[in-house]
Amino acid sequence: MSINTAREGHTYPAITYQVGREGLREFARAVKAQHPAHFELEAAAELGYEDLIAPPTFGVVVSQRAEAAIIADPEVGIDFSRVVHADERFVHHRPITAGETLTAATTLQRIRTMGSGAMVTTVTEITHDDAPRTTVTSTLLVRTEEADA
Amino acid sequence: MTPKLTDLEKGQSIGHRTVELSRADLLRYAASSGDHNPIHWNDRFAKEVGLDGVIAHGMLTMGVSVELVTDWVGDPAKVMDYQTRFTQPVPVPDPDHGSPETPTARLEVAGKVGRVDAEANTARIDLTVELVAGDARSKVLTKAQVVVVLN
Repeated sequence: MSINTAREGHTYPAITYQVGREGLREFARAVKAQHPAHFELEAAAELGYEDLIAPPTFGVVVSQRAEAAIIADPEVGIDFSRVVHADERFVHHRPITAGETLTAATTLQRIRTMGSGAMVTTVTEITHDDAPRTTVTSTLLVRTEEADA
Repeated sequence: MTPKLTDLEKGQSIGHRTVELSRADLLRYAASSGDHNPIHWNDRFAKEVGLDGVIAHGMLTMGVSVELVTDWVGDPAKVMDYQTRFTQPVPVPDPDHGSPETPTARLEVAGKVGRVDAEANTARIDLTVELVAGDARSKVLTKAQVVVVLN
């Protein structure tokens, strides 16, 4: 199966994500982040935040949920078992903070077909009350069956 | 102490650290991130899709590597921009015996100042992240760049 580029530029329906303190703490422990502003309210307040703040890569937890719509889109034709993560970028506008209800919408920015498959670049805008939080750009390398032949 | 932009020079080291990963670390990352892809916890499945065995989530490697920078800068919210390419998988084999908490992969993370922008009050830190196995070292991330805001 080959990748269909017709969906380039399409923005998929937004998802919402409720940021909880325990979720932030668990993620921080999982990435071995030790700053107290991920764990203690007082430490976050000292930096000027009303609640616990997320580690720099937490946005991926939200963006991957939004990106799932592309993987599931039969019009694009991505076989998830043939996907390799090629690159990732987070641009932060303001830290994601516990208590926020985030909205995340993914746009299929570009599909570049190559000999060995296709590079699929997505951009996910994460916002809270229409204020930007994080822009996540992700590129997946999708191997096509022809590449194995 | 928070580093000052005026004290920084291109090429200057911000330090280095070792990060060890175990099977239990991969499980914790899967649970907390929602990325349950079995290549990160099931050897049989990983082999069926052409890997030698279970590998770490690329996003786990990216996540643990930035800690060097947030620790140096003293405030995780000063990280404005963080990007990387994933060039090589990080195999995390099951230990021969004992607890799954036993680390079976070792990463060496080093950072140096790549660029200082006095107008924007930012510094770009370039990370080197290598998988170390005995005497062998291989880069697992490339173009790993962290832009921090400094006063």
